[in-house]
Amino acid sequence: MELFNSESKKIVSDPINVNNPISLQVLGICSALAVTIRLDQAIIMTLAVVFVLCSSNVILSLIRNYIPARVRIVIMLSVIASLVSVVDELLKAYLYDMSKQLSVFVGLIITNCIIMGRAEAFALKHGPSKAFLDGLGNSMGYGLIIIVVSFFRELFGAGTITLPDGGAGYVLWSIPESWYAAGYENIGLLVLSPGAFIILGLVIWIQREFAGVEEDA
Amino acid sequence: MNFLRKIFEETGKLVEKGKPLSWAYPVWEAADTIFFSTNKQTSKGPHIRDNMDIKRTMFFVVIALIPCYIFGAYNIGYLNALAMEIERGIVGNTIFGFTYVIPILIATFVAGAICELTFAIIRKHEVNEGFLVSCALIPLTMPPDVPLWQVFIGTSFGIIIGKEIFGGVGTNIFNPALTSRAFMYFAFPTKISGDKVWAVGPDGYSGATALAIPANPVEYDTASNLFAANTQFDYSTVNMFWGLIPGSIGETNKLLILLGALFLIYCGIASWRIMVSSVLGLVFTSLLFNLLNYLTVDGILQAGGFPNAMLTITPLQHILVGSFFFGTVFMATEPVTSSHTNTGRWIYGFLIGVLTVIIRSINPAYPEGVFLAILIMNMFAPLIDYYVVQANIKMRLARNV
Repeated sequence: MELFNSESKKIVSDPINVNNPISLQVLGICSALAVTIRLDQAIIMTLAVVFVLCSSNVILSLIRNYIPARVRIVIMLSVIASLVSVVDELLKAYLYDMSKQLSVFVGLIITNCIIMGRAEAFALKHGPSKAFLDGLGNSMGYGLIIIVVSFFRELFGAGTITLPDGGAGYVLWSIPESWYAAGYENIGLLVLSPGAFIILGLVIWIQREFAGVEEDA
Repeated sequence: MNFLRKIFEETGKLVEKGKPLSWAYPVWEAADTIFFSTNKQTSKGPHIRDNMDIKRTMFFVVIALIPCYIFGAYNIGYLNALAMEIERGIVGNTIFGFTYVIPILIATFVAGAICELTFAIIRKHEVNEGFLVSCALIPLTMPPDVPLWQVFIGTSFGIIIGKEIFGGVGTNIFNPALTSRAFMYFAFPTKISGDKVWAVGPDGYSGATALAIPANPVEYDTASNLFAANTQFDYSTVNMFWGLIPGSIGETNKLLILLGALFLIYCGIASWRIMVSSVLGLVFTSLLFNLLNYLTVDGILQAGGFPNAMLTITPLQHILVGSFFFGTVFMATEPVTSSHTNTGRWIYGFLIGVLTVIIRSINPAYPEGVFLAILIMNMFAPLIDYYVVQANIKMRLARNV
């Protein structure tokens, strides 16, 4: 089976770890800052990106031999944009509260550099099965980072952990009132964008440490 | 001393290379050099023979800070006695204040030491004394009633993000003490945003500080009226100079800060150019704003002007109120993060003064702007130096043609 040989495994696992799109290629930062205020938003956003990236990679890979090189960007954009519109409409239909919270950021998946980047760098050069694995790996790598960032931002910034459900989110755990009474305070900075930058920076630092990546000065 | 020397020699054997405890070498080295001078010699140039090594420089800064600590403690007790309407005497007030200052100091030093030692062990370098000065500065920038766990988190943030990430002492961009101050300012705004009075008093004892912008600034047409509106405290010029007003622990008494400044300048540690030019920048900008407001009142700029009592604060009041003086003496002059060329120092200091007044007077969100001004200029200090050096190169080239 082609799907399970070591090369395929590498295609999936590399972007999750040593070649992570956010923490090593520093792509898709804007949405990583915007949708990481709450854990449930980050999870839904991850699912949306997994869907869009896998489908766009497969579709573009299937039609790669028919795309004239000069107009490839336009074609890539129109494929991605239609997929994003599908996700947007699905969210509006089934997860209306979540779609309101995510607002424009679902639509902005179109401009997420990771998706265009993978289409251009990988899907147009490889077969559909590999392109699918690549999309899976990259979107999971993206999702992993934003879920970690949003977990810490929500926990220390707002004092809750929220999981997605049909409505406005299911609060799994929140910091008990007795802690606040004892003098605990949420770190308001983390709810703001600079807080996301700081957490993201720390995640990048730790991940590069573990992945053993050194950047040339 | 022989006894001490023996202890260090015996324990030193435990942390030699190859021994199981060798990871603890930085800790041993730091303790050893506190008591004894090192027998290591520099192997590479430049060789500078001077009594002012890093340890002593740092130590002198700490000495300059001690009066601020003592007065800060006294002021806490004094304001508390004022609020509780009791008499406690000078000694009683100081002791009362130290019960607040010392826990903050301990929290800071524990956090700082943990961070510094952890990084020294991981990175296998010697413990650098820089963190002692940062840790000595941080409590002075804190309100007396700050929760200790917030001090702990703030200090760790300042030491790690402000310094260790950039590679430790000497390579940092931002002043670590100010980094932690800024972090706490934005992270815990209910305690430290600077518009409420910082004093240890009975519950609900609060008021607006002199720099807090009132809800309707138009009502107060002059700065004196603005300060007088805070009836709870006496914000007269004399009182602000002597520091008997609420504020961060170390910044209120301007005389002691002035003495500290003279001491640092005399020892050649702090740059007088930065101090003088930042005062000049502050005076220039506040005079400009005074003028602007004068025009506004006269109706010339009425349409687009801003009728704002903050603009009428005189230069003297700007210097005395808030922590500008403390910041410019102890924070802005930090040798690593300030400009390194003399011309650059003039520009750097001047812009700190300018930015301080702009943030204080124009921006209604931040009552105090000194630490932001210094952090912003920390960021630009290398750029300023670069252009100063380039200008010098160009000038000398032109001379030779």
